[in-house]
Amino acid sequence: MKIKKYENKHHNRVIISVLVFTFVIYNYFVYSSGTETLAPKLSIEAIDGQVLWQENNCWTCHQLYGLGGYLGPDLTNITSNPQKGENYIKGFINSGVKSMPKYNFTDEEKNQIIAFLRAVDQTGYFPNYKANLQPNGWVEIDYKSTDSTAQQPNK
Amino acid sequence: MHKAAQFFKNKFSLQFILLSLIALILGSLFGVLAGFQYILPDFLKELLPFTKMRPFHDSSVTSWIILAAIGSIYFVLSNLEGMTIFSPKLTKIHFYLFLVIGIAIYISIGTGYMGGREYLAFIPILILPIIIGWVLFGYNYYKTVLNQVKNWPVYYWMWGTGIVFMIFHLVEAHFWFSPYFRENFVRDLTVQWKSYGSFVGSWNQLVYGLSIYIMAKIKNDNSIGRGKLPFFFYFLGLTNLMFGWAHHTYIIPTQPWIRYVAYGISMTEWIILGYMIYSWKKSLSEEKKENNTLAYKFLMAADFWIFINLILALLISIPIINFFSHGTHITVAHSMGTTIGINTTILLSTLFYIASRIDSSFKDNIKQLLAGFYIFNGALMVFFGALIAAGLKRSEWMYFSKNMPFAEMKINLANNYYIFLIAGIVMFIGILMLTIPLFKVFLKEYKIAVKA
Repeated sequence: MKIKKYENKHHNRVIISVLVFTFVIYNYFVYSSGTETLAPKLSIEAIDGQVLWQENNCWTCHQLYGLGGYLGPDLTNITSNPQKGENYIKGFINSGVKSMPKYNFTDEEKNQIIAFLRAVDQTGYFPNYKANLQPNGWVEIDYKSTDSTAQQPNK
Repeated sequence: MHKAAQFFKNKFSLQFILLSLIALILGSLFGVLAGFQYILPDFLKELLPFTKMRPFHDSSVTSWIILAAIGSIYFVLSNLEGMTIFSPKLTKIHFYLFLVIGIAIYISIGTGYMGGREYLAFIPILILPIIIGWVLFGYNYYKTVLNQVKNWPVYYWMWGTGIVFMIFHLVEAHFWFSPYFRENFVRDLTVQWKSYGSFVGSWNQLVYGLSIYIMAKIKNDNSIGRGKLPFFFYFLGLTNLMFGWAHHTYIIPTQPWIRYVAYGISMTEWIILGYMIYSWKKSLSEEKKENNTLAYKFLMAADFWIFINLILALLISIPIINFFSHGTHITVAHSMGTTIGINTTILLSTLFYIASRIDSSFKDNIKQLLAGFYIFNGALMVFFGALIAAGLKRSEWMYFSKNMPFAEMKINLANNYYIFLIAGIVMFIGILMLTIPLFKVFLKEYKIAVKA
């Protein structure tokens, strides 16, 4: 068999090994302490709501933390928004407007979606209006405290 | 003997390429139809609502990039480098597996039986055969190249690591199956977007590897792809793939060190930008001497789009700028600039290069193709500009016009959406002018290869 040989002889394998090793350690911390949060775990009802969120592709138009589609508004803090809130969502969800399809969610499903959005709301803010913008280009974001998260479901 | 007859053993590379071109045409069409829904909310709302149109568009254009890269790599190895593919049977299984998965994805989206997440909207079980396909590709690739090439040039490293990281990040994108990730929304969302950032980095390894290969072939200079400098940039790109994803998630309440690392790593890309400016100035006088083929023109266009997108990527990686650009159309401009401006341009360059190699009668400087090239790039420029302008308006609304309702903000963006739609239609016409002649060439060669 014809074997092609090239002249460059770098320590490529050593560099790759170091990078991969660092990557493994880094991932460990991202998956554990780096993403720890004070917000409570998602309840079974909230997870069922997330399943509905995915099955109905809500993310194609809406965002959570600014991630998703731009046809509809961001819903990160919609449950704690005094002008919107849970009743507003319940009323809106099956009526359908313009580009938004008309859904036929049952009351139980509506509650599950609200439980999911409430759980998201408890994790933080978007837009993060109280963030501290620093002259060196860094941004210190405002974290939601446990006290405020505890109050959210009652709003 | 016709050249295509030599490719008989590897006709699957041509099948991958043909399938990729169909995916590009369909993906562009879905993109245009989705654009109409921004202007006319009731357009096709009953038949194909935006909740289906966007997954069709995302899945098709992602398939275009992946299938074109895979087909081109198989083609380069077997036909241009003259290697014996370790297992042609595995290539065949790989192709038919991806073909069946593609049809299954379309059925999943068309029937509304989905359940996945952004960019991977299809029914989640399909990720298993997708990963199996990538493992087959990786096994075939390493067994082929390890046995026949010693001291790999940089593009072999890029393809090899691109495949491995693609497999890892596809798995990582589905960590949400585990309650450990799913019950913690911050962790879940962070890891989801970590995987997406690195997923794009992985296919960039495949696509950029092809661009370096084509550059070396066009310039007939084998030193491109070897030596310290190409490897330095390869490792820099790999480092960014692994650690530079977090500018997507700056605003998620993770621990600050994740953002410190991402910020620091992202800023290393200034080195790439600086080097590009330096090498561009250096090669300016030699540019006219270059062979004026369409493959070369597309590489030059890709160079331009890399330059523009790198500046944008660097800016939105600075936390204080990211703070205002995140959650706006500026992010869309970044992703469109990358997938269309860079990835598609490089892949079209590769396909024009391959087409000119397999069919000597194929003229890649005829008027229609040149017109298609200019229409495509000109429309993309307008498209990109309309998205940036829309993003600036949306950001202004988010932070400085808090009392304006969302619907009113959307009305203010109407002009941007019209420009965005018209540019999208023109770009689609440009894509058709380029891809239909390419499709004909590959189909003709494939038929000859099958008969032979």
